[in-house]
Amino acid sequence: MLKKNSILIVDDEASVRDSLYNWFLEDGFEVSCAENASKALNMLDNLRFDIILADIKMPGMDGLEMLRRIKQILPDAVVIVITAFATVDTAVQALKDGAFDYVTKPFDPDDLSHLIRNALKQINLSTENESLRNRVVDLENVEDIIGDSEPVKQMLSEVEHVAQSNASVIITGESGTGKELIAKAIHANSSRRFFPLVSVHCGALTESLLESELFGHEKGAFTGAVYNRKGRFEMADSGTIFLDEIATISPKMQVELLRVLESKTFVRVGGHKTISSDFRVICATNRDLKKMVQEGSFREDLYYRLNVVNIRVPPLRERKDDIPLLVNYFIEKYCTSMSRNKVGVDKTALKRLQEYDFPGNVRELENIIERAIVVGNGKEIKLKDLPLSSEVSVNKTESLDELEKQHIVGILSKYNWNITRAAKALQVDRVTLYNKIKKYKLKQND
Amino acid sequence: MVPSQHINLVSFGIPEKGMLDKIAKSVGKAFNRPVILKEARLELGSFFDGQRRQYNADLLLQMVEERYASDQHKTIGLFQVDLFIPILTYIFGQAYLNGQTAVASGYRLGNERYGILKTSDQLSDRFAKEIIHELGHAFGLVHCYTPSCVMQASTYVEDIDLKNAEFCAKCKAKINAIG
Repeated sequence: MLKKNSILIVDDEASVRDSLYNWFLEDGFEVSCAENASKALNMLDNLRFDIILADIKMPGMDGLEMLRRIKQILPDAVVIVITAFATVDTAVQALKDGAFDYVTKPFDPDDLSHLIRNALKQINLSTENESLRNRVVDLENVEDIIGDSEPVKQMLSEVEHVAQSNASVIITGESGTGKELIAKAIHANSSRRFFPLVSVHCGALTESLLESELFGHEKGAFTGAVYNRKGRFEMADSGTIFLDEIATISPKMQVELLRVLESKTFVRVGGHKTISSDFRVICATNRDLKKMVQEGSFREDLYYRLNVVNIRVPPLRERKDDIPLLVNYFIEKYCTSMSRNKVGVDKTALKRLQEYDFPGNVRELENIIERAIVVGNGKEIKLKDLPLSSEVSVNKTESLDELEKQHIVGILSKYNWNITRAAKALQVDRVTLYNKIKKYKLKQND
Repeated sequence: MVPSQHINLVSFGIPEKGMLDKIAKSVGKAFNRPVILKEARLELGSFFDGQRRQYNADLLLQMVEERYASDQHKTIGLFQVDLFIPILTYIFGQAYLNGQTAVASGYRLGNERYGILKTSDQLSDRFAKEIIHELGHAFGLVHCYTPSCVMQASTYVEDIDLKNAEFCAKCKAKINAIG
């Protein structure tokens, strides 16, 4: 279990002490309070606190004097001072005397959160850096990625490696393969895991909405903007931003995005203050971005900035061994949420599921299982409960040549055009495969 | 095991009955306990701070505690006014950690306050999450770092949209252990 962070609140106003006490208690801190500086200094004789949050203006010894005395005894103590009226003099004096920062009350909940996070970050920085460099980490929080097949193991191994770095990642894969889960797994296993993972579905927003969503806006920026609104880049500070359907963003937004990725700074819509944010970017797409670059619809410089690491999520038809595990997982999930007893699966139904190609991938399988539980008899999922046509294959072609061509393309793609491995999978020799490639005029980027 | 405590949602002047029904359903699902929806009348004038033009959430929480605290249930007072506590500019809600009562307000949760089109679904989703979050504190849970967990701290309304209206496995286990 993680050790709790401790905080000492020093303020003469009971209402302020109580408010802060509750706030930090809910945030998981060990909280102590003192109503004046003398009591706080006495407490510091015996106890150590990660953070000391102290009011400047108190009867008797004031906060600045207390700060000086604390710094004489405990030079590394992190002290944040609270002031009712922010004057440059008191703020400068507090910082000169070694305060970590100061805040003016009443303060924004978000400012308080940020302040405390920054303080904790400072405290943990050196030890955390060291431990992050040295330790071998087991993957955590990947329980939603169901599968035991080779393609899944290979992908999780890539996730494990990439999570430890700060590199930009593009996750590619067909619709419904679970690209967002991979983004979550990367974030959850990175050093940024205690900070937000902020997702943006770029395809769902118009250009102007996406701009406001990503960069935020200032109060009064446009009609109805009554309050300031933080953008997603700002929210992802110290964390990760996940840009889904990145291929759909307009050329103008591509330029904006490139600029932000290069400078890690931006300005809110309607604002003039430059805001810095330290975020890691993970993108996902079901399109071939390289091809889009060649066609001129996606900027090459942005592509190379985003595509430091590429993780391909295999479609379900390439990991059919995982289907029974997935079926079981979704049965448990939906039976629990519908408050039903766990149902089984009839052998014929499971066989049919394993034969099906799942063009909608895991999402389609999930929907099929949910529906089967709803319409089924409550004991066992049967073939008739599955909304699959009697023909198993989704292949609509009638030509034998076309069927062969499609199969070869699928296998080549599965093995990244490694001819030896593809030929082995097809159970033909390499010469035969080369002849087929020539016959059907296949190219790697088709 | 049937949980021993039920949950009271006490509406202090929230007119949208449909929304409250929907919220009650989400709360019941999250805690797996019976939820009772009540309406109460209250003259809010004495909780209003003229200088800040907001309502004092500490006093409102005390009032809910005095009227409803009991070992038989957890109670949350629901409001539609702008809440503050002395040290912070605003809050969405607060609770007595490991106590019996909490308060929450939907005032700052609507899109229309941020220049975006009003949607009642989003408002009720956010309100439900905040209510579950505050009740989670009343059940003894502290903030959680799992991004999708309802106990993740939310200081901006956008933060609320990032989490689910449900507990992560660890928080759920703690709630279930209470019985």
